[in-house]
Amino acid sequence: MTTTKTPPTPPAVAAPQGRRIQLGRFRDLTLVPVIVVLLIAGSFVDPVFLTMGNLTNVLQQQSALALVVLAEALILIAGKFDLSLESTVGMAPAVGVMLVIPVAAGGFGLELPGILAIPLCLLVGGLVGAFNGFLIMRFQLSAFIVTLAMMIVVHGLQLGLTQGKSLFELPESFLYLGSATWLGLPAAIWITGALFAAAIVALGYFRVGRSLYAIGGNADAARAAGIRVERVLWVVFIIGGVIAALAGVLETGRLGGISANQGVGWIFMAFAAAVIGGVSMDGGKGTILGALTGVLVIGLVENILTLKGVPGEWKQLVYGAIILIALMISRLAGGKAQD
Amino acid sequence: MTSSVKAVEALGITKRFGPTTALNGAGIAITEGETHALVGRNGAGKSTLVSILTGLQRPDEGEVRFGGQPAPPLADRDAWRQRVACVYQKSTIIPSLTVAENLFLNRQTERGAINWRAMRTRARQLLEQYGVDVDATILAGDLDVEQRQLLEIARALSFGARFIILDEPTAQLDGPAIQRLFDRMRALREQGVTMMFISHHLEEVYEVCQSVSVFRDARHILTTPVGDLPHSELVDAMTGEVTAAYEYRSRTADASAPVVLAAEGLGLEGRYENVDLTVRAGEIVGLAGSGSSGKVSLAETLVGLRKAGTGTVTVNGTVVKQGDVPSALAAGLGFVPQDRHHEGFVPLLSIAENATIPIARKLGRFGTISPSRRRERGTQMIERLDIKTTGPDQPVADLSGGNAQKVVFARALADDPRALVVINPTAGVDVKAKHSLLGAVEDAADRGAGAVLVSDELDDLRICDRVLVMFHGKIVKDVPRGWTDTELVTAMEGIHH
Repeated sequence: MTTTKTPPTPPAVAAPQGRRIQLGRFRDLTLVPVIVVLLIAGSFVDPVFLTMGNLTNVLQQQSALALVVLAEALILIAGKFDLSLESTVGMAPAVGVMLVIPVAAGGFGLELPGILAIPLCLLVGGLVGAFNGFLIMRFQLSAFIVTLAMMIVVHGLQLGLTQGKSLFELPESFLYLGSATWLGLPAAIWITGALFAAAIVALGYFRVGRSLYAIGGNADAARAAGIRVERVLWVVFIIGGVIAALAGVLETGRLGGISANQGVGWIFMAFAAAVIGGVSMDGGKGTILGALTGVLVIGLVENILTLKGVPGEWKQLVYGAIILIALMISRLAGGKAQD
Repeated sequence: MTSSVKAVEALGITKRFGPTTALNGAGIAITEGETHALVGRNGAGKSTLVSILTGLQRPDEGEVRFGGQPAPPLADRDAWRQRVACVYQKSTIIPSLTVAENLFLNRQTERGAINWRAMRTRARQLLEQYGVDVDATILAGDLDVEQRQLLEIARALSFGARFIILDEPTAQLDGPAIQRLFDRMRALREQGVTMMFISHHLEEVYEVCQSVSVFRDARHILTTPVGDLPHSELVDAMTGEVTAAYEYRSRTADASAPVVLAAEGLGLEGRYENVDLTVRAGEIVGLAGSGSSGKVSLAETLVGLRKAGTGTVTVNGTVVKQGDVPSALAAGLGFVPQDRHHEGFVPLLSIAENATIPIARKLGRFGTISPSRRRERGTQMIERLDIKTTGPDQPVADLSGGNAQKVVFARALADDPRALVVINPTAGVDVKAKHSLLGAVEDAADRGAGAVLVSDELDDLRICDRVLVMFHGKIVKDVPRGWTDTELVTAMEGIHH
């Protein structure tokens, strides 16, 4: 907070305003107490929980999902929607890899240089985003329906091209980012952390980032202020697609292969993480830092359930319940109706 | 006027949207330093002219000039903003951002990273310069309507424009706030700012403007100094025919008629307290007061939109459940809510469907609705209220403000209510529509309904048999028919003689 003196205002008005600012500041961080509670609870569940190794593991496992949350948060803040991100997580790496591996390994037979696999993958992700943007902006279609259809189309494309098979014989360079260790931590954590940091700075301190809030808050007002609304939204969809493709690269590297179902079902977790982290489904509200806390909550819950030995069949139920509880807590702490 | 330089001119502007011609060779010329009113009925082309003068739309024919120079190209938004500022009818404030960021939207910084502290400081300076007493660090969504409007004016002027368009700025303000706005406009005029002022309230035009242009049916009708144009002639120019002022019917309230709507000891924390009210059949009771008087909250409690803390509401002899609209309607009440867009109609549904929502159960058996009977009722309503439409199947969203409001009236009157509550019925509607809406209230009273009319317009209240004046949540005066403006206003402002 600033220490500069504000111009004198009537004290009766100034007092509640002061409180409101602080509440507003805390709104980004309403999940911090939840995270603290989870850390304490986890340490009681299993002594392994609070070890460096376990926590690093949690972060690495969540890094791909975190990137999808980042992409979705950017799009939600700009007042739009993208359900197709989860399908891009599987399809973009599959297509990128198939362009470089031989037919025998399941490729197209083009056998482009292996080093191109990642750039091609990111390009495919960007193209999916660009096509979404094209349909939504040019045809004035609802983002929800367009990306719902695209979610099915993109996943269907992956199934068709791979004939429903998993890809295992991947170039070493493609697996590197998801499996390497830099300075004692998995590269995936560094990459995800760096992208979150970049997004936090861009949305907090740069005009183009602030324009997402303006567009999501009131697109007409943004247009009247000279923001090129359609162009910015289009770029946001493309960036979202590229980030989702990168999430696919990290996930592929971590698991060592691309299954036919990579990414399927992630979008619900991504939405849940973004929304419990304070990002509004109506656009214009929320922060990237908040979305990150949302991912952390989900990752910690998952880890605790695993350590506790909860059977896989019951995990879904517990997840759902935890999300509802987190929503209620952030509603009570934030004090405003959820939207 | 000493200066004869034209701050802004629009010459021979024609603009078509598909089959409709929004402007047909119309023009306007505003002399530097004057406050110029633009008046016309809904659909006269005012909004289109505003978007052409602000560079948001390109005219099909004609040209816009600022200070004698041709207007900049449409793509050059900055150049437009340096010439003309506009406070639009629709708010362009983003509620989820702070006041400071709204002021510097898309120009938070010249280049590079945003320095939030420096931006807040600039925002405070700007607010101070225009005398706007608002904290720059709070969210714009927490401001009230008046503060948001001041914020828009300050932002509009901060681009350096010396010409500002105010598109219906008074529509959502209450009396004292309007006066403060006018004081501000006069101060701006003294600093040499040219203004174009759009309003449906003609008395405001006389109060704050030096000259007036009238538009009708996409054409420019006349431009003249306000002093040369009496009120009645201004109305004639707007409507294109000689219309008399609304003739208020004379009615003698029958003191022995049954009470159809009553409130006893009604109170709502922070809004109003201990209100007693009785409305007899055939009587129209007005509720007057400033924006903070609690009159709207009281009316909303009568119809069940709000739940009172204490007291009871009786409709037609039945004590209704508090805060429950269906039970009030079942007891025989009809109402026109304050915000027609929000509570008045479902925009995508047809006129007939909107008008028959409360009587749907009467249009068929076992929960079914007969479309032909619905159409029939819709057609009756269209005739009775003189709704300008292509037919009962037209969606309400396509209607002009005045006609949409008539549909809201149709809904309120659908079940021939014994008690009617009408809140600000004439806000944002033109002169002719206003007359038929007031006529509809009087018709209902003639049919034996008792009505409560809440209005910010003194003119509307003249149809009332008596007016209850509220001040800070209490009824302070019961004024019988035949009051003068001064009498009512002094009571509304809480001045006792």
